Amino acid sequence: MTSEVTTPVQKVEFSAEAEATYQDILRRYPTTRAALLPVLFLAQEQFGYLSVDVMNYVAERMDLPPSKVLQVATFYTMFKKRPSGEYHIEVCTSVPCCMMGGYNIVRLIEQKLGIKCGETTADRRFSLAQSECLAACGNGPVMQVDSIYYERLTPELIDEILEHLP
Amino acid sequence: MQLEPIISANWKLDNSFSLETYEGQGGYQALRKALGMEKDTIVDEVKKSNLRGRGGAGFPTGLKWSFLPRESDVPKYLVVNADEGEPGTWKDRWIMELDPHRLIEGCLITAHTLNLRATYIYIRGEMRLGAERLEQAIREAYAKGYAGENVMGSGMTHDIYVHRGAGAYICGEETALIESLEGKAGQPRLKPPFPAVVGVFGCPTVVNNVETIAWVPTIIERGGEWFAAAGSERNGGPKLVQIAGQVKNPGVYEAPNGISLRDAIFSPEFGGGMRDGKEIKAVVPGGLSCPLLLPEELDVGMDFDQMAAAGTMAGTGGIMVIDQDTCMVRMAARTAHFYAHESCGQCTPCREGTGWVARIIDKIEAGLGEESDLQLLLDICDNVQGNTICPLGDAMAMPIRSYVQKFEEEFRRHIEEGCCSYPEW
Repeated sequence: MTSEVTTPVQKVEFSAEAEATYQDILRRYPTTRAALLPVLFLAQEQFGYLSVDVMNYVAERMDLPPSKVLQVATFYTMFKKRPSGEYHIEVCTSVPCCMMGGYNIVRLIEQKLGIKCGETTADRRFSLAQSECLAACGNGPVMQVDSIYYERLTPELIDEILEHLP
Repeated sequence: MQLEPIISANWKLDNSFSLETYEGQGGYQALRKALGMEKDTIVDEVKKSNLRGRGGAGFPTGLKWSFLPRESDVPKYLVVNADEGEPGTWKDRWIMELDPHRLIEGCLITAHTLNLRATYIYIRGEMRLGAERLEQAIREAYAKGYAGENVMGSGMTHDIYVHRGAGAYICGEETALIESLEGKAGQPRLKPPFPAVVGVFGCPTVVNNVETIAWVPTIIERGGEWFAAAGSERNGGPKLVQIAGQVKNPGVYEAPNGISLRDAIFSPEFGGGMRDGKEIKAVVPGGLSCPLLLPEELDVGMDFDQMAAAGTMAGTGGIMVIDQDTCMVRMAARTAHFYAHESCGQCTPCREGTGWVARIIDKIEAGLGEESDLQLLLDICDNVQGNTICPLGDAMAMPIRSYVQKFEEEFRRHIEEGCCSYPEW
């Protein structure tokens, strides 16, 4: 497999802590393969995203064909195949949130950060994406920043949230 | 009207998600009671209760349980479908975040009843807080001897695991979920064999929705007959109803099964009516995949049978209320795009049809539609529905057909005027 993005040379190996979690994950399932999704999450957490090298490492560790790992990593939207910003913002633009102004929120954040959905700011602080339903439909419009919910969004609230991230 | 909250009773309490709070409200007493009951008696109570799958399909839970082989050489599993992804639906997230022990108690009772080795709770990857609360609750349950080895001294061993999805709506379909739980892409399987016979890891598996399992302790506590009486005909128990869209009080409400859609939307203790003095234009009654109802069609009870008789579905109980200023062509386009995005790509009619429909509606919304597009949309829907392994294609075809048929004039106006006259989203 060839990589689409140039990856900095890094030794791909679980940290001691990740290794312990990896062993713990394997114990939860009767087959090794069943652990693939949690292991990919674990790898993504340590390495930031799933580069080809990371996927190959996971394949080798789990004794799976690299193609199977690639298939799973590309099927699910939460597995990142490219580096993203320090904060990953996902704005819900599914039907209930659209009705409550979800697209306004997208436009506003795009304007504020100077990037489009799918892009990352030059300082690598923020990346932005649209998401499908985040299951908070009564409190639209809704977004998640690294899986933390922010609900009933308004322009003022967006300013406040973006400025107060640590 | 249902006055006594049950499944949502703990939501407003401090630390509602802790074992201490749950036990303070009588939690885990139903498990204690169930462990002393005959297993067949429990299945009978669940059958009598008329509890039906709250994930949207409405299959009778007791009947589903009875399909599981009694004797098995291999372990049997419970898989809880917590992959709540149907737009307009967020009740399961609330159960898991606010009252995770109720779900865990339900899992343990189910495990005892059906001799299950382990439970996997397959939760949407996006619901990080829900997963954390469940993990914490499971740790508490193990520490107290309610899960793991020798549950409450009964000799039963049962492990519970949380398994996070990774972003794929299709994994809410039970066989796709099973594939995903096995570490594969979530592509639905052909049925038969059904999961009760060949489920996860090739073993007999019962797959139930979060709310379904969370009602099991109540059935044990109060009996199947009580639960049946608390619902409507053949639709047992109260249910969680979600109201989203342009109403005054969007939210999750515990309501009597069979409550009329009009009451759910307009009565002050539920949706509270339309906001900003707007007129109601249409309602998506049970999650995005359900055909629309018009304002004059709302006097229908929100249970599986009455909604089916009204030409739509009760689905997940997720109501989306649409006001007069909303463009129905745009709503249809956004609906079709959702299914196009989420189609797993396995079956040609769904993979191609969902995207094709989305592109045609985009074209109409942009003012470039042609007269023949309306019939084409209906033809594509007809060719997708019923021709795929799983119901995702149907879930696109059914609502889109209703948009085109019930708002034909609005579609035609877009085509004739060559533009959309509604305010921008």
